[in-house]
Amino acid sequence: MLNRRTALAATLGLSLSASFTTIALAQAPAGKVTVVTSFSKDVTDPIKKAFEKAVPGVTLEVQNRNTNAGVKYVEETKANNQVDLFWASAPDAFEVLKGKKLLTAYKPKATGIPEKIGSYPINDPAGFYFGFAASGYGIMWNDRYAKANKLPEPKEWQDLAKPVFYDHVSIAAPSRSGTTHLTIETILQGEGWDKGWRTIKEMAGNFRSINERSFGVPEQVNSGQVGVGIVIDFFAFSAQASGFPVKFVYPSVTTVVPANVGIIANPPNKAAAEAFIEFLLSPTGQEVLLEPGIRRLPVNPAVYAKAGADYPNPFTDPRFQKMIGFDVDKSEGRTAVVDTLFDQIISFQLDGLKGVNKVLHEVDAALAKKPNDKAKAMAEEARVLLAAMPVTEAQAASPELRGAFTGGKEKGARQAEVEAQWASFARDNYAKAKAKAEEALKAAK
Amino acid sequence: MTAIPTSAPRPRRIAGTPGQIALALAIAAFLLMFLVLPVATVIYVAFTEKGTSTFTLVNFYDFVRTELFMRSLWNSFYVSAMSVVWASVFALPLAYLTTRFVFRGAAIVQTLGFLPLIMPPFVGAVAMQLFFGRNGSVNLLLDDWFGFKIDFMEGLNGVIFVQSVHYFPFILINLSAALRNVDRAMEEAAQNLGSSGFRLFRRIVFPLAMPGYLAGASLVFVKVFDDLATPLLLNVKDMLAPQAYLRVTSIGIADPMGYVISVVLIIASVLAMWLSARALKGRDYATTQRGGGGLAKRMMTPMEAVFGYGIVILILALVLAPHLGLLLLSFATIWSFSPLPDAYTIAHYGRVFGESSVYIKNTLIYASIAGGIDVVLGVAIAYLVLRTKLIGREWLDWMATAALAIPGVVLGIGYLRTFYGITLPDGTPLAALWITIVMALAIRRLPYALRACYAALQQISVSLEEAAENLGATKARTVRRIVVPLMAGGILAGFVTSFSTAAVELSATLMLVQSNSDAPLAYGLYVFMQSAAGRGPGAALGVVAVILVAACTFLSHLIIERSQKAKGMGH
Repeated sequence: MLNRRTALAATLGLSLSASFTTIALAQAPAGKVTVVTSFSKDVTDPIKKAFEKAVPGVTLEVQNRNTNAGVKYVEETKANNQVDLFWASAPDAFEVLKGKKLLTAYKPKATGIPEKIGSYPINDPAGFYFGFAASGYGIMWNDRYAKANKLPEPKEWQDLAKPVFYDHVSIAAPSRSGTTHLTIETILQGEGWDKGWRTIKEMAGNFRSINERSFGVPEQVNSGQVGVGIVIDFFAFSAQASGFPVKFVYPSVTTVVPANVGIIANPPNKAAAEAFIEFLLSPTGQEVLLEPGIRRLPVNPAVYAKAGADYPNPFTDPRFQKMIGFDVDKSEGRTAVVDTLFDQIISFQLDGLKGVNKVLHEVDAALAKKPNDKAKAMAEEARVLLAAMPVTEAQAASPELRGAFTGGKEKGARQAEVEAQWASFARDNYAKAKAKAEEALKAAK
Repeated sequence: MTAIPTSAPRPRRIAGTPGQIALALAIAAFLLMFLVLPVATVIYVAFTEKGTSTFTLVNFYDFVRTELFMRSLWNSFYVSAMSVVWASVFALPLAYLTTRFVFRGAAIVQTLGFLPLIMPPFVGAVAMQLFFGRNGSVNLLLDDWFGFKIDFMEGLNGVIFVQSVHYFPFILINLSAALRNVDRAMEEAAQNLGSSGFRLFRRIVFPLAMPGYLAGASLVFVKVFDDLATPLLLNVKDMLAPQAYLRVTSIGIADPMGYVISVVLIIASVLAMWLSARALKGRDYATTQRGGGGLAKRMMTPMEAVFGYGIVILILALVLAPHLGLLLLSFATIWSFSPLPDAYTIAHYGRVFGESSVYIKNTLIYASIAGGIDVVLGVAIAYLVLRTKLIGREWLDWMATAALAIPGVVLGIGYLRTFYGITLPDGTPLAALWITIVMALAIRRLPYALRACYAALQQISVSLEEAAENLGATKARTVRRIVVPLMAGGILAGFVTSFSTAAVELSATLMLVQSNSDAPLAYGLYVFMQSAAGRGPGAALGVVAVILVAACTFLSHLIIERSQKAKGMGH
C-alpha cells in the first residue's frame, strides 16, 4: 500500500493539486463507485484508467445509458439507489434530476476553474452539479460529400437555409438530444423567438433527416450518407482524430456550455463519488480530455497550455468571446414547449415543410435570372406563412402551457390536444404557403 | 373422439387432470409475475387522468383524434403486411427447395438463410446503409456509371425492404419445420391419383404445411408492427412503435400517450395472432402415419438444379448483404462516401477480443437459459391449448403472445418498478441480479418458441396419443415418450429462434444492465457504436456475435437433419 502511494505521488507529481491529495487521503475512498453516463466508451475508458491510477483502491463502474434513459433509470431506482454519479452533457438533464431531488449538493475543492465559460456558469449555482468540460455547437460536414455535391463551406446557421444545401443537412430531434435542444434554444435566444424560429424553419426546409439519437448525425456525416450535420463540437473533433474526412465550424450565434457531473442523492459510496469529481476537475483529469478519442474543451484554462496550437480555447479565442449569453432559466422554463413545437411543426411535418421550401428555392432561381417584384412579394408572403408560429414567446413560458406538459394536477389542456392543435396549424399553413409559392413561381417564369 | 377416460369422470367445468391444472396454474403464475404485473404497473398510466389516478378513457379518445397517430397506425399496418408479402417471396423458394429436393448444402442454406434474424441492433442498419443507402456502394456506382440512384432505403418502402430481409427467417424456419413434418403418404396418395409438380405443391404440400407458414407469417407481421429500431434508424417516425418509444423515453413529460400506443400495439398483435389461429380453426392438419419422415426428397434435373441454385444464391446474396457490409466495416479503417473502405486492418478485432470475452460468455448463458425456459413454456402452453379442455387455457396463449407487442423499454421499466424495491438479504435489489435480464429475454422471446411448438403440435394427430394411452401409458408418459419426440423439429426451431434473437436483444436489457461484468454482447456493441472510433470495433463485435449464433444454429440444423435421417432409415 505504501509503495502504491509513493508511486502515485511520483506519477502525479506537481500536476496534482495539493488540496485534492488532502481530500483523497483524508476520506480514504475505497471500493466501487458507480456512474451512469451517456458518454461513449472512447470517453469513459481513458478517464476510468486515469482515475483508477490516481485514486488506487477505487474501481469505476460505468453504466452506459443515453441521457433520457439514464434519468429514467435513476428515477425508477431511487427507492434503493445503487448509483453514485450521473455524468452527461446536457445541463437540462441535471436540472430535471435536481428538480426531482435526486442529486446531492457538494462543494468541489479543485482550484483554478473560473466561474463562467463564455456567459454560461460552469457550476450549478446551488451546487448540485459541476461542469468538467465545455462544448460548443456548430456545423460539421463531410469533405468528400461536399466536393462531390459541390457544396460550399457553411459558416453561419443561415447558410444552411440556402438552396444549395437542400436535402443535405441532418440534425437530431431536440426532444431526443439534450445538446440539440440547447442549439435550438441558443438560436431562439440569439435571434429572438420569431426570427429564431424562422431561421430554424428555413434551415429545416433543407433537412435530409431528423435523427432520434445525437450520435446518429455524426454517424451519417462520417459515413457520407448525409453531407452536413448540426452537432456538438467534439463529435467532429473525435471523428477527425479517427481519420474521417470531416470539417467543423462554430457559427457566430452559438454558445459553449459545460458537460456535467453530479452526485446522486443518497449514494452508496459518497467518498469515492467525491474523489471522482475532484479527479475530473484536477489538472490530471482535465488533461485526459485532450486525448484524440475525447477532444472536449477543459474548464481549467491552465490545461490549454498542453493542448495543440489549433485546439479551440474558449477562454482566449476571439470567436468565443463574441458568443451570446445564454439564459438558463429561460431555457428551462420552456424546454417541453420548444421541443414539442419542434416535433409537431418540423419533425412530423418535414415533408410538407420541404415541399414549400423546394418551390421557394425554384422561385429564387427564377428571380435571379429575371427579377419580378410581384413574384418576389408573393414569395415573401409564402415565407411569412411558413414562419408563422402557433404560440408566442410569452405563451410558451405561460403556466397554462407548461401545465399541459408537466403532469401537474391543475386542470387545463391536455398535451395531446395542444399537440394536435399545433400540428394542424402547421399543416394548414404549409399548404397555404405552398399554394402561394407555386403562384409566385408561375409569376416569376 | 375415442379417447377412453383414464380415471373417474370429473365435474364438467374443470375438464383436466390435476396435473394439467397444476401446470396451467404454474404457467399462469409465471406469466403474471414476469409479464402481466410489470407491464401493468406501467400501462395503467394509459387509463388514468393526468397527474391523478382517476380512471379515464380520454387518452384513447385523444389517440383516435390525433392525425399523426392514426397515420402511424395505418402506416404500421401497411408496412407489416407488405413485409409479410416480401418475406414470403424470400422464404418460400428457400424452404421448398431445401426440403423438397436432394439439395447439397441444405443445412448451410438453412443456416445462412437464418442469419438475417441475428443482425445485432444498430450495426445492421449502418451496414445496410453502407451498401444500399443514398450514398451507399450500390448508389455511388450506379451514379458513377449511369447517372441515377435508387431509393432502396427511403421512407416506408425502405422500412419494408429492411424488415422483410431481417424477419423472413421466421417464415423460413417455421415453414421448413412444417414441410419436414408433412407426411410422405399424403404426397404419394396424391401422386397415385395423378397430381404432380406445382399442382401437388399448391393443393397438397403447402396446405399441409400451412400451420408452419402462418406461424411464421404472423410472427413477421407482429414483429414488424412492433419493431422500432429499423424505422428509427431510417428516420421514419410516423409508425406506431417508434411513436410509442419516442414518447415513453422522453423525459420530464408526464405523458400517457406513449402507454396508450403500447396498449394499441398489444391489442393489434393479439388480434393478428387470433386471426391466424382463426384461419386454421376447424381444419385438421395432423397426419398419423409418421413413418415417412417428411416429404420424399426428389433429385433435381440438371435444368432444375441450375434454376434452383440460381434462385437460392440470388436470395442469399440479397439477404446477406448486411452481413457482408458488417464484415467489411469490421476490417475497414475509414469508410466514408466511397464504394469500398479506404484500407483494411485487423486492429478492431484485437481491441474487441481484449475486452469482450465477458460479453460473449454472458450472452451464451443468458440466451441459452432464456431459450430453454421458452421451449419448456412453449410446449406446455401448446399442449394445454391444443390437447386439453381447461377453462381459459387460451388466455395463457394470448398472454404469452402479447409479450411480442410490449416495447422492450416498457418491460424494462416495468421490471425496475416491480423488482427494484424487493431486496435480497445483503441489500441488493432483485432487479440488479443478472437473472432479471434472463427473465426479460425469456418473456420477450417466448412468443417465438410458442408459435413454433404450437405449429409442431398441430401437425401431430391426437390419435397417436390416444393409442399410447389405450396401451396403458399415463398422460405424462405419453407427453414424454410420444408428443415431445414428435415435436422435436418444432421445439428445436423454437429454441433456435428464441436463443439467437435473445442473443442480440437490446431494448429491455439496456434498462436492466447494472454492471459491465453482467452485460451481454448487444450492450457491449451499443457502447462501442456511440463514437466514431468505436465503429470498427463495434462492427467486429457484431461479426463475433453473428458467427457465434450462426455456429449454434448450424449445429442444431445438423441435429435436425440427423434425426430426420434416423427416422427415415428406421422405416
